[in-house]
Amino acid sequence: MNILKQLEEEAIYIIREVVGQFDKPALLFSGGKDSIVLLHLCHKAFLPARIPFPLVHIDTGHNFPETLTLRDKLIEQYQVKLHIGLVQDSIDQGKVTEEKGRFASRNSLQTSTLLETISNLKLDACMGGARRDEEKARAKERVFSVRDDFGQWNEKLQRPELFDHLNGAIHSGEHIRAFPISNWTELDVWEYIRQEKLEIPTIYYAHERAVYDREGQLMPVTEFHQIDPNQIKVQSVRFRTVGDMSCTAAVLSKAEELDVIIEEIRTSTYSERGARMDDKRSEGAMEERKKIGYF
Amino acid sequence: MDLLRIATAGSVDDGKSTLIGRLLYETGSLKEDQLKHIEEKSASNGLDHLDFSLATDGLLTEREQGITIDVSHLYFKTKKRRFIIADSPGHIEYTRNMVTGTSNSDATLLLLDARKGVIEQTKRHFYITQLLGIKKVIFAVNKMDLVGYDQNVFDRIKEDIAHLIQNQNTKDLTAYYIPLSALKGDNLLLKSPKMGWFSGKVLFDLIENIAVNEPPSKENVLQVQTVIRPKLAAYHDYRGFAGKVKSGSFSVGDAIEVFPSGTKTKIKSIEQYGVNQEQVSQGQNATLLLEDEVNVSRGDSLFTPSNSIEFTKIINAKVCWMQDKALQAEQKYLLQFGSKKSLAKITDVSERIDVSSDGSKETTALGLNDIGIASFQLAHPVLCIPYPENKNLGSFIIIDINTNNTAGVGFIE
Repeated sequence: MNILKQLEEEAIYIIREVVGQFDKPALLFSGGKDSIVLLHLCHKAFLPARIPFPLVHIDTGHNFPETLTLRDKLIEQYQVKLHIGLVQDSIDQGKVTEEKGRFASRNSLQTSTLLETISNLKLDACMGGARRDEEKARAKERVFSVRDDFGQWNEKLQRPELFDHLNGAIHSGEHIRAFPISNWTELDVWEYIRQEKLEIPTIYYAHERAVYDREGQLMPVTEFHQIDPNQIKVQSVRFRTVGDMSCTAAVLSKAEELDVIIEEIRTSTYSERGARMDDKRSEGAMEERKKIGYF
Repeated sequence: MDLLRIATAGSVDDGKSTLIGRLLYETGSLKEDQLKHIEEKSASNGLDHLDFSLATDGLLTEREQGITIDVSHLYFKTKKRRFIIADSPGHIEYTRNMVTGTSNSDATLLLLDARKGVIEQTKRHFYITQLLGIKKVIFAVNKMDLVGYDQNVFDRIKEDIAHLIQNQNTKDLTAYYIPLSALKGDNLLLKSPKMGWFSGKVLFDLIENIAVNEPPSKENVLQVQTVIRPKLAAYHDYRGFAGKVKSGSFSVGDAIEVFPSGTKTKIKSIEQYGVNQEQVSQGQNATLLLEDEVNVSRGDSLFTPSNSIEFTKIINAKVCWMQDKALQAEQKYLLQFGSKKSLAKITDVSERIDVSSDGSKETTALGLNDIGIASFQLAHPVLCIPYPENKNLGSFIIIDINTNNTAGVGFIE
């Protein structure tokens, strides 16, 4: 078996374990390339039946419109149900407060909406497209990762995870996060997209966009942040990760085709999440967010 | 290109994370922004060199204490091969995490400190690699810079390791020995001029070329994870038994038996993700469609009848215990074999193995990090093959029914 095939087999085994062990699983779908790959794997895992669980999208209200268009198209294509948790609702209900300051982001606000959605839908397992090569705290995560009543990750007391015996036993109120593509690298994801001819949001391909420089990163101009017009430039860019518009930076690129993108990533001297302002807030930015229930 | 999964082992402070960080650095796997972060962090910690352990110790408490608590999974590649490294903790308290890292690896990189040689933790970790059936172990004698790159030191340690191997019940083990300095980069990618006396391969050469092709096991077993029944008109009578081929292979037309029902039937067709296949083999997921309407549910096994497959409600196993509450006779636990679960009563805890001498002592309980022998009486029969004969069918985890935690792992004797 080639490596991509091995990774596919590993992921589908995990997806089937989730469905076998839990009553109410769901797929956390962000609209980015990793969750699109995971959605496709879920589809393959149950053919010729339909995917036997819904998707959950936590919508910050600051999405790239291109990802929402594709999300709705994929829902049709795979005939799967979608639940949307709106961060705006959590704000309106006074459960979270919008960040202040020049570069306010709704990234960290998502956690509250996510946990509430999990609890409302009574989900006991949530699959996500996180990968261990993305970030140092993620490199520590198990395939089945237990979250307590408050959605917290206890990084110091993770269950041993041996061979392919995935322990999904939990108490009521707890849930697990399952990561079927844990062992995939960024390049594996891209090569799988090419191999399976998957459609991804157009913003992953080079396009002309108004951007400005923020701490050495090219941020997209949006209605959410006020930028001095003199600092705005129109450049040919693409996105390497797709998060909230308020915290995802673009990279300069002319790559309009998948082959060129893959070559660019292969030779890139910068890491994938190097363009995520949410990870740069502090040394343990990802770990701190994960501990309280983030993706 | 193939994929090699390696776990690190060895005592705390032997330099495992530093070595792995260094390997990432030397192979160009650390990106500019990650390297810049390590430079800044090393400087602010007052170091005159780069602290490569920062590349792998991802938790705040780990960075604060300078130790590894849990396994980090790291990914890099060379022109020849791809690697997944499970960088595991060395502290005895975190042995369960070391076992976690090793259980999904093909080879182990066991580090020793040149100043200390073979110590208790070397023996413990080596014992665990052999319990798990790891056939390739690289003994890396690190910190050679601190003993003046002295050949005598290395030779003496090598001799002690050879003794350790002799004293243990190893099966098809290939051991490799290499003197190095992770901090200074000696014998990692290039031969160190300071150790001209060493004629073996440098670490990089070794991991790029180790062969780990395990022949497929002879038993043919597929464990069912889920039954696929599309609620679609076109597939009204479709019943696909989906799961992983844990061992061996299956072809269309094969006569098979269902465990535990004992029903015999034939394979009508095999699908992989909706596409028909003639044959599927070990490690692949498959959906089997059967000639007859038989009753099969999650956790059941489809297999080719063979003399080496046994069904039993009584198991004797070597156990590696991983929680504070001790394992004792009369307790009840849930055993999990892949997708099959069964309640079990502990009927006996008989021996505790002394990993440093490979002898054993009589006992009635196993505590945290102990390895010993226990007997289980199961509520349901399971398909059972000794672990040394088939790594894919001979292990199980032991789940505490009060806490739901994974309390230990068992290897069928």
